[in-house]
Amino acid sequence: MEIPRHWRLKKQRYALIGEVCPHCDAKIFPPRDVCPECHREAKDLFQFSGKGEIYSYTTIYEAPSGFDSNAPYTVALVKLSEGPMITAQLTDVDAAQVQIGMPVEMVTRKMRDDGDERGMIVYGYKFRPTLNHI
Amino acid sequence: MEHNSNMTPPSSPSLLRPSRPVGFIGYGAYVPRYRLPAREVARVWTGGKGAGLPIKEKAVPGLDEDVITMSIEAAKNAIARAGIDASELRAIWVGSESHPYAVKPTSTVVAEAIGASAHIQAGDWEFACKAGTEAIVAAMGFVGSGMADYALAIGMDTAQGKPGDALEYTAAAGGAAYIVGPAENALTVINASYSYVTDTPDFWRREYQKYPEHGVRFTGEPAYFHHITSSSKTLMEALGTTAKDYKWAVFHQPNTKFPQRAAQMLGFTPEQIAPGLLVPVIGNTYSGSSIIGLTAILDIAQPGDRILLASFGSGAGSDAFDLTVTDKILERQGKATKTQEYIARRTEIDYATYARMRGKITMK
Repeated sequence: MEIPRHWRLKKQRYALIGEVCPHCDAKIFPPRDVCPECHREAKDLFQFSGKGEIYSYTTIYEAPSGFDSNAPYTVALVKLSEGPMITAQLTDVDAAQVQIGMPVEMVTRKMRDDGDERGMIVYGYKFRPTLNHI
Repeated sequence: MEHNSNMTPPSSPSLLRPSRPVGFIGYGAYVPRYRLPAREVARVWTGGKGAGLPIKEKAVPGLDEDVITMSIEAAKNAIARAGIDASELRAIWVGSESHPYAVKPTSTVVAEAIGASAHIQAGDWEFACKAGTEAIVAAMGFVGSGMADYALAIGMDTAQGKPGDALEYTAAAGGAAYIVGPAENALTVINASYSYVTDTPDFWRREYQKYPEHGVRFTGEPAYFHHITSSSKTLMEALGTTAKDYKWAVFHQPNTKFPQRAAQMLGFTPEQIAPGLLVPVIGNTYSGSSIIGLTAILDIAQPGDRILLASFGSGAGSDAFDLTVTDKILERQGKATKTQEYIARRTEIDYATYARMRGKITMK
């Protein structure tokens, strides 16, 4: 059970809220309070658009504990349109459809149950092929 | 059927019309990607026999979807159309009969995910299939009293039918979100609302039970038709309208025939209900059913169009609404994914995949 961690990370997991560096304007995800570009303090919250594209990907058949009920699923390195690269599951897509460069958008989905069906439900970001370009 | 004295309408029915006029500022739909054809259910349970399937196919949620995740997407669509910031919402209410938790609100997770303030009302509603429209009525009062400017009301479900039961053909996933706000900023003004409820044993699910039961012979006349026509007729009579005064109408959709017949009983033509009749291609989305039908109408509506909306919830009751589309509709229709675009995003699955996705396979 990791209830405190789920609670602490909910903003970034539910809504892709990271940080922006007040010194060099770099967008930071996950938030870490120190700018990876200029190494100065960066604590200003930043709402990412959720748009990005697939940089690389792999399909998981032997899933780690807690994720096995969703296997097989595809995990991708997603290059967010604001710059950062993040690792995330893909959803609403067949593995054969996935391509490098495919435009994707963030959705909030159920990641897993913490423990069994009695534990809390963990929600977080995944990416799917972009539905529209509004 | 016999009518008790309390079932006859009061001599001057009191329509719900807030002192401050209100309407829908934004709306948003969500339909998951997967579709289970009704013929697949028939293949497994009746050897492909059985006359007249109730729908063509139903929408099935993915393994990582539930009422919380689906509500988040519909709410984001509603906010995009409303053109407001999520922090302006003063209430977030989610109506469903498939809330992911028995105890722990859906509404607070939705609020957090869409970036709403913590200084708000939040709560989950339940009234079988009319929990969403009951939340809309509450939002009318909340905004109409002047206590709040914007309230978000959602009707969303991931409905389950017992394997092989008649309801398994139709029990589907999807729904819609509406932001109620002052009429001057509305894309659709709510002219009035009227509700009709009785204790009717047509459908229920006891605590700890996975699948619902239905009181077969109560389903049609005493439940669905009696309540929908009572709410709608009283509303229309009090407003002095007939079916001809409306461009569109949308009713709760447990199958294809019921809303078609309700429309006919109230004097509406097949053309008037056509754009909102989604049940043949997405199934019965329970708390989302009538109001996702309304989203498909709003996607094509023109300023001045008048619309009758009537929900139905088992147990039983119906909320009817008289709506008028404003000129703000045109600039907002295209600001989020349209309902027909969600319906067109379609991946057909077989019964075995469906059984896995819906947790119908015993794993331990």
